[in-house]
Amino acid sequence: MTRPDGRTSLPAQRGERSFDPAAAAAAATDAILHDTLHGTRRGVVVDSPPGAGKSTLVVRAARELAAAGRPLMVVAQTNAQVDDLVLRLADKDPGLPVGRLHSSEANAFDPALAELPSVRTSAKIADLAGMDIVVSTAAKWAYTKVDTPWGHAIVDEAYQMRSDALLSVAGLFERALFVGDPGQLDPFSVVGADQWAGLAYDPSSSAVATLLAHNPDLPQHRLPVSWRLPASAAPLVSDAFYPYTRFRSGTDHGDRRLAFGVAGDGSGVDRVLDEAAESGWGLLELPARHTPRTDPEAVRATALVVRRLLDRGGAATSENSPDPVPLTADRIAVGTAHRDQAAAVRAALSDLGVHGVTVDTANRLQGREFDVTVVLHPLSGRPDATAFHLETGRLCVLASRHRHACIVVCREGVAELLDEHPSTEPVQLGVTVKFPDGWEANHAVLAHLAEHRVRWRP
Amino acid sequence: MSLIQTLARMEAVASGRAAPLTTVRHRHLSERPLVLVPMTTAGEAGAPLGVLVGTDREKPQLLAVPQPRDRELRFAFLAELAESVLPYVDGFADAVEWEERKETDPETGKRVAVQVELCADAPQLIVPSTAGIDFVRLLGRSMRFRRTAEQEPETPYPAPPHVPLLGRWFTHFGERSRVPGASLLLAMTGLLSRHWATGQSMLEDQHLGALLAWIDPPPGESGQVAAERAETGRDADGQLLCPPAGPATDPAFDNRLLSPAMARYDAGLSGAEEEVRALIEGQLRPTWDAVWQGLDLLRALPPGARVADRWKRDRWSYTAHRDRVRAGEPPQPRRDDAVTAAQKLASRETAQAQLDAQEALDDPLVMAGRRLSGEAMCGTVVHVEMAYSESRRPTPRPLVTLRTEDRPQLSENVKLYRPLPDGRTQPAEFVSYAAGGGLVVRLTGGMGRGKEPEPGSVPEADDAVTWTLFEHSPRGGPELPDPEDTPWTHGGPPAAAAAGAPADAPDPVTAEDFL
Repeated sequence: MTRPDGRTSLPAQRGERSFDPAAAAAAATDAILHDTLHGTRRGVVVDSPPGAGKSTLVVRAARELAAAGRPLMVVAQTNAQVDDLVLRLADKDPGLPVGRLHSSEANAFDPALAELPSVRTSAKIADLAGMDIVVSTAAKWAYTKVDTPWGHAIVDEAYQMRSDALLSVAGLFERALFVGDPGQLDPFSVVGADQWAGLAYDPSSSAVATLLAHNPDLPQHRLPVSWRLPASAAPLVSDAFYPYTRFRSGTDHGDRRLAFGVAGDGSGVDRVLDEAAESGWGLLELPARHTPRTDPEAVRATALVVRRLLDRGGAATSENSPDPVPLTADRIAVGTAHRDQAAAVRAALSDLGVHGVTVDTANRLQGREFDVTVVLHPLSGRPDATAFHLETGRLCVLASRHRHACIVVCREGVAELLDEHPSTEPVQLGVTVKFPDGWEANHAVLAHLAEHRVRWRP
Repeated sequence: MSLIQTLARMEAVASGRAAPLTTVRHRHLSERPLVLVPMTTAGEAGAPLGVLVGTDREKPQLLAVPQPRDRELRFAFLAELAESVLPYVDGFADAVEWEERKETDPETGKRVAVQVELCADAPQLIVPSTAGIDFVRLLGRSMRFRRTAEQEPETPYPAPPHVPLLGRWFTHFGERSRVPGASLLLAMTGLLSRHWATGQSMLEDQHLGALLAWIDPPPGESGQVAAERAETGRDADGQLLCPPAGPATDPAFDNRLLSPAMARYDAGLSGAEEEVRALIEGQLRPTWDAVWQGLDLLRALPPGARVADRWKRDRWSYTAHRDRVRAGEPPQPRRDDAVTAAQKLASRETAQAQLDAQEALDDPLVMAGRRLSGEAMCGTVVHVEMAYSESRRPTPRPLVTLRTEDRPQLSENVKLYRPLPDGRTQPAEFVSYAAGGGLVVRLTGGMGRGKEPEPGSVPEADDAVTWTLFEHSPRGGPELPDPEDTPWTHGGPPAAAAAGAPADAPDPVTAEDFL
């Protein structure tokens, strides 16, 4: 398959036998590090599909830059991402001097950082002078003033960073490595920004969109292998959300297995669990109905699925360990579109006595990884399909957090709903059309899920 | 649309009358607004057909173009419009108050207090619909780069005096109207649909006649019937009973009445100009009256407590543009540069957050909507337990147990904010759900500096309290670089600034200009 730019994309998953995921990933990483350390351009952009080792790459690039004696600042988007990155750096290299710049509010950073010997935390940049690496959020960096800019920066989750956020930090560094996942949720604004649509520096667009619009010849790389997604999920996610930049799973069919110690009781919930354990996907379909956002039946069904997942003694076998690992609450996540839905699911779970399961919206699940995810479909029970609910990134995030299986809870009739609501967003001059659009991606995912459907009447 | 708005719409359907969304008025209304009802020519971008304009509801001034495709006439119209709008806009420029503002001293770099002028009041333009705001913006864009003979004696086809100035003011009003809560330029449909929910769709709410029919139906008639008549009712000649609020016209009016009248004007028949003017006035007058009817309805609502605070920002905005005009600065550029765009977006996001918070604090009905969506809670204090922080200098951190029927979306350490009677905000955080129902909140500030909380700063048992999950006066974003320091990621400094060329070069003259 040849892309418009003449580069050849990877063969599809089932095609070739000789594909060596580890070698392909290593080659990509080497090329990225070469451009970062020895390139002449001011920026390098890396596209990373879900679970392709983005964090590993960031840690490695940071350590190599530090080893080459180049002071480095790292920009991440949330405090959780920053803390996670510092912990990873310290884990790989406990002696590496890392500064964690944080806000002056209470509980601004993970208390675990205080235990690390070579990590220094401070709310003032002056306290962190001389550290090899300084890590903080874009929001904190934006308030930071320095006399001489850093030679190097790594901007993590750059596709989730807004252009105006980059504008306020770009003066702090000379050159930067931008890493992110183009398929996840785009940044947004609560006020209209149409008046700047089509301008290269539209402040509401993503940092990478602006960067590439002004510097179109920057080297662009991508990571070709998803280590998170199982062989059952990578082709679907790749086809539906990354049709022009395909990726493959690092593991093959059979490398991962999900099994239950307790046999199913024949109910719809148990049947969908068995289907998901077998195939990696399950669709629990409730009867068609227009409902409020916090559809009580769908919320309860979602909670029941989680309850049964735990009750049936799930065990996950993967390349990480020879023995099956029990599926515990902290390895399960529930994803929703809206915060009130997440709150409703949390309440339903606590009614069923389930604790410790992550329940959150797509926005907050970005970048996270679980063994099994249960997703309340964004369009379930809706009378309309708005741009928010059709956004490609939302579905992509929800469908790509799992290592073993993803179970979707949805009301019947979404396909018809989609057909009644084609995308009507106006086309703006100068704005790159996102492809695939959410409508198309939703249909692709639905068509695949239909093969793993279990109908259930609560 | 929030749940409470959906509920209000359903109530409106059931009762046949619009349901209130607010208990107070959330936008400033000037005592002497300038109402502007524009109308444009079908198929011609930026070719005004006429306006009714004025501050006296009984005596609107009619400005009309008998042949909008004639550019001479169009400019004559714009000149007349400038003559009637600019005196109103300038009329607020000279009555000033003095305000203290912190500025950075260019020599010492220190923050010093300076006295600056703030206009005591500001102009307010009211147009019938959101499309009217777009039209004001379009007129502003088409006028502000024109050159008058005085500015540039060599220019071919000079614009009449004041036309570029009107363009700059219209542009300013148009930009300001994009700031949430700003009130320099308002659309009547937007104002009304902020305060009332009708039983029709939001798209249908764009029709001023139908919207008013729901809010204030004729005696004995349901809003739905009246709205339907306003939208579709036609007289024996096929003309709409309620002409569209513009600037677009009704095709039946264009084809059957306006077009033949213009043909007679083109043929030079006597009385034809008066005929066109009468036709245009006939279309504009119902909308003019509707706008004033809307103003009456809105004025019956008392203003929200924080409306004046937002209007003060409009006054700052007006004063700042007055100063730019007086200083002879060039008109607003065609496009914002990267830094200006980012600044505008950030300030509008802050304004939106402030507006949302202030509306809720000003209005129990709006707060009810936030409570329904889990963003706020009202309840009764059950008891208060004194506690202290575990630092070297312990500060009071009382634990308040609250009984509430609301179901806020709380998780551990979620920040909470309580409006105090004096207008300040007291921060707190959620601790846990109490054993016997209710929930526990830890106050984290607003109790003075002493070891004991200041009297009255901690609620007592049986007090009714409100906590919100949203901040009450959200901060603005970080400082952005100066435009000349635009980084490489955003294309570097704007070309004009780098080359030292004025950014206000007029539009280049093209062949189309001489058609």
